[in-house]
Amino acid sequence: MSGVMIEAKDLTKKFGQFTAVDRVSFTVSKGEVFGFLGPNGAGKSTTIRMLTTLLTPTSGTASVAGYDILKQPDRVRENIGLVAEKVILYDRLTAYENLEFFGKLYGLPEKVIKERAEKWLTLLHMDQWMHTPVMKFSTGMKQRVNIARALLTEPPVLFLDEPTLGLDPQTRNLIRKFIADLKNHGVTVVLTTHDMLDAEILSDRVAIIDHGKIVAVDTVENLKKLVPNKENTNLEDVYLYFTGEEIRDKALSKAKSEGRGHF
Amino acid sequence: MKKTIRDLFLIARKDLLEFSRDKMRLFSFFLMPVFMMIMVGFIFPSENALKNACIGVADNDQSRYSRSFLKMIEAAKTSDGEKIFKIEHYDSLTALKEAIKTHEINGAIYIPEGFSTKLEENTQAELIVVEDQANPQASQIFTQVLTRMVDGYSKQISLQKLSLSLKQPPSMLEAIVEPVKAKITGIVKGNYNYFEFVAPGIIAMIVMTAVLTGLAASIAREKEIGTLDGILISPVNRLSIVLGKAVAQAVRGLIQGTIVLILAIFLFGVKINGSILLVFLILILGIFSFVGFGILVSASAAEQETATQILFMFQFPMLFLSGVFFPISMMPAFMQAISKIIPLTYAIEALRKVIVLGGGIDSVKNEILILTAFGVVATSISVPLFKRMITR
Repeated sequence: MSGVMIEAKDLTKKFGQFTAVDRVSFTVSKGEVFGFLGPNGAGKSTTIRMLTTLLTPTSGTASVAGYDILKQPDRVRENIGLVAEKVILYDRLTAYENLEFFGKLYGLPEKVIKERAEKWLTLLHMDQWMHTPVMKFSTGMKQRVNIARALLTEPPVLFLDEPTLGLDPQTRNLIRKFIADLKNHGVTVVLTTHDMLDAEILSDRVAIIDHGKIVAVDTVENLKKLVPNKENTNLEDVYLYFTGEEIRDKALSKAKSEGRGHF
Repeated sequence: MKKTIRDLFLIARKDLLEFSRDKMRLFSFFLMPVFMMIMVGFIFPSENALKNACIGVADNDQSRYSRSFLKMIEAAKTSDGEKIFKIEHYDSLTALKEAIKTHEINGAIYIPEGFSTKLEENTQAELIVVEDQANPQASQIFTQVLTRMVDGYSKQISLQKLSLSLKQPPSMLEAIVEPVKAKITGIVKGNYNYFEFVAPGIIAMIVMTAVLTGLAASIAREKEIGTLDGILISPVNRLSIVLGKAVAQAVRGLIQGTIVLILAIFLFGVKINGSILLVFLILILGIFSFVGFGILVSASAAEQETATQILFMFQFPMLFLSGVFFPISMMPAFMQAISKIIPLTYAIEALRKVIVLGGGIDSVKNEILILTAFGVVATSISVPLFKRMITR
């Protein structure tokens, strides 16, 4: 648990007049699971897209695994894995062909790809489906292969954008255990989720983001103490205390009209 | 550099593998050039297309002359040795006109009573060719062929008559009856027809529009389903991504181009007078000249549908302006000016020189240079723009 793996400095992204992410700064230490919570359209995914070099910040910058996202994007890319809101797999290729393709893009030799594909797919209980086209899989099966894809390069930093969204409790449980296990192996994880249980169990620290700004960062325990007049506070209470109970359709539709969809 | 090229082929291979698994897409991929070629090949009539054309005949004269004329028409053959006309017999001019109206026949010849008497009396005889005005293209060729035959027949009779009265062999008299004869000669041997004019254009058009729409659709689709993010977060040069996709599309385009070429050769008798390798070189350069434009469209469009729509808007005018169907020199000046900035124009021009005129690399070096320049300029503008737009 030493050393800074991610450092965001005044990260800002504007889409036209709309500020999706507004001067966001935070650090994530090595081996930490960093929960990223916030209402729809708050700027979670936009922040992750900037950290993974998929979006260029309007201002500010960040470093990931010691490399600047603007100056050394390829170095950053070599050190990260991403599970995004959409499953990054080709439907018509088999699980293995998908892993092979993405592995080769990172310059991994065929032998290493094969070993690791077997290893990760076995750990995710997908080994018997290795040579089946992805289009035949259920959502949960796809997500498990998708996670194996993100881990194929065994990156020190992993970004998980709602990895358990729309999955059944069994798969959710499997993935949760899996993330906890990664953490034990020293992988740094940035996790966005709407599942408060996921966030509470897995995160060392949690950042709550609203309207593009970070409104609170701390351990779950410390954040709970901030909620007044409540016994047995859980993370959901903390979340609602900081972000209010108003529904955020407005921000979402605004963001969608800017052409990037979910934030 | 080495990694850029290796990644390029990785992406191209993945795209082709994905494509080869999609049965519906494969099916339409092979059928499209076949449809296109059959349509164009049969819709634009040539004299060779006039095979076994059904014509009606009403011989009200029933003489030696009328019968020998009809025999001549019946025997007329195309250059491939097939009969031009299939003859149906009718009683009267009215019956012939009725038959044309009901599309039983494509045209008709009416030989009025007294045809032979007039010929024997040395007055001008007349026969009537009825054309089908509902089908102007076919009837134009049909009347052309028939008129030529009537002319030939009438020349034959005049030769016979002259030789009888002048007591000279007919061969001596040909120069008197027809003192000047036009001999039409082209640069290459054989008949030249409209199909040979359009075939190179169709090949270039199919290959290039397939690549253009394919490239835009393929990038836009990956953007839409999210897999493009997977490629973009890997340490891969952005140039490899767009060129890899372009190579996959080029392979597909060239396969379709080859199908068109094979059909043109075997089904429609188009002869490639120049080098086939040169044909492919021009096609590849033509594809290259289009890649930049395809990248720009796909990077700017958020969805596949938008990309396809934008391209369709450009495609249609481009087909006419690039001279696929009509010679550019026959267009108004402002259109000619526009056609000069479309790379397809140069690709078609070069292909015509090679396929129809049998030109070598020397004859098309200007077009090759222009296409290469288009490609280099467009790609070097569009790749940095692609980088910017995709992370906007």
